[in-house]
Amino acid sequence: MKGYYARKVHSLLGVIPLSLFLIEHAITNYAAFDGGQEGFRKAVHTLNDLPLVFFLELFAIWLPLLFHGVYGLYIAYQAQPNLGHFKTERNWRFILQRVSGVIAFVFIVWHVYSTRFQITLGNTTHDELGGFMHNIVTQPGFFVFFLVGVIATTFHFANGVWAFLVSWGITVGPRAQRISSYACLGLFVIVTALFMLSLFAFRGEEFADTASAITTLKTMIG
Amino acid sequence: MAETTTVPQTSQNTARRVKFVITRQDTPETKPYTEEFDLPYRPGMNVISALMEIQRNPVNANGGSTAPVCWESNCLEEVCGACSMVINGKPRQACSALVDQLEQPIRVAPMATFPVVRDLVIDRSRMFNALKKVKAWIPIDGTYDLGPGPRMPEKKRQWAYELSKCMTCGVCLEACPNVNDKTDFIGPAALSQVRLFNAHPTGEMNADDRLDTLMEGSDGIEGCGNSQNCVRACPKGIPLTTSIAELNKQTTKRMFKRWFAQ
Ligand code: HEM
Ligand code: SF4
Ligand code: FES
Repeated sequence: MKGYYARKVHSLLGVIPLSLFLIEHAITNYAAFDGGQEGFRKAVHTLNDLPLVFFLELFAIWLPLLFHGVYGLYIAYQAQPNLGHFKTERNWRFILQRVSGVIAFVFIVWHVYSTRFQITLGNTTHDELGGFMHNIVTQPGFFVFFLVGVIATTFHFANGVWAFLVSWGITVGPRAQRISSYACLGLFVIVTALFMLSLFAFRGEEFADTASAITTLKTMIG
Repeated sequence: MAETTTVPQTSQNTARRVKFVITRQDTPETKPYTEEFDLPYRPGMNVISALMEIQRNPVNANGGSTAPVCWESNCLEEVCGACSMVINGKPRQACSALVDQLEQPIRVAPMATFPVVRDLVIDRSRMFNALKKVKAWIPIDGTYDLGPGPRMPEKKRQWAYELSKCMTCGVCLEACPNVNDKTDFIGPAALSQVRLFNAHPTGEMNADDRLDTLMEGSDGIEGCGNSQNCVRACPKGIPLTTSIAELNKQTTKRMFKRWFAQ
């Protein structure tokens, strides 16, 4: 899979659905900060009450993520970084887009394994997710991993939207590309803030859940 | 020419010297190595005149005699693009690289994105092949006189002229992190030429052919990853990233047109 159309599909999937899903995810999680345990539970329920949720997940998240992620790793591998000789902001962003993509890949695989996949395995339920998260993010090592993973992903998303606007010929001149840089920076700040608030909320005592969640977590990370 | 310089030079020799570290390569197959040179300074000298000095007196910094360093140059005024090389880490033209403005020792290396022929001489064939591939010309030949073509609006001519300044020097390809052994990306220079010829009122008649070329195979416009080093590096100040984004727009439109209107 090489060439123009593969790359266009990769680019489109980055925005529709992946970026849209990331924004949705940030808003759902924000419910943990805004509405606490109950608010988060409700938000999760609303999502899972969507019709055909299995197919939605499959076609709007898993398959696009798989294609964009694997093809993205290939694109990242193809670059030959030369930041040493070209220390410009755009060249930094070029490198960071690739580095953050790789970090996001590792982070998302782990994150999906430790949450969504545990539900599939029956080790936890949608209702227990809040407590589940609490047990993860109260461990300093995992919390730092989470912070790095989230920031890498939100950077990748925001800078990706900027690149998307260029690769589809929407922002053509230097002025348009500068203005969209600021807009995407704003997007980065807002979405990162939403995730951060929820991460810190999950650390709160309110989310400390039943002992069952803790034991599941223990079996999960061995 | 040599006579005019010998006498006053020797008296100045002790005063100022210029140090060069040159990456050399004897044949396309052999391994590159570096060699140091310690040359007499002359006011206003540039990297080409330093290489000429080595040619005149091929002795390295250790005093050993060596083969003169090979390089390419023609115009000596930054319009032909032949003398591109990497000077202190930056790809640029040697003829306009003034020694006074360079940090010493001055490190000179070939632009290794291209096959090295010998020392600083590289083979830029891929750039000329790229121009052929995208048909970077205006077809006007017919079996009869086609008459005068349409006029180009002055405003358009002004920005198109900037694009026409490209000297195929290869600096933008060397600066691009996505032009390397792992990709087939055609590079910024040829892309910008597509924009130029697609903007020309006669060239426009073949615009779709050029766009199609950029959308097939694995060397097309999708290779751009927006590091935007090319536009910073181009010695002619060509707005390469604007050209690429404009072609992104043209190819996107072309894609939809091919799907829905054909
Ligand atoms: C949360 C999931 C993700 C989102 C929302 C996302 C979003 C985006 C967006 C919007 C783009 C811009 C497309 C364009 O350049 O036209 C992009 C590009 C890219 N993505 Fe992702 N992405 C995600 C995950 C990943 C993963 C896991 C990788 C794996 C390494 C990855 C690698 C890349 C690469 C290398 C590019 C660069 C394309 C370029 O600028 O040339 N992405 N992404
Ligand atoms: S676009 Fe600029 S850097 Fe690239 S080949 Fe032409 S003149 Fe050289
Ligand atoms: S010799 Fe022509 S550009 Fe330097």
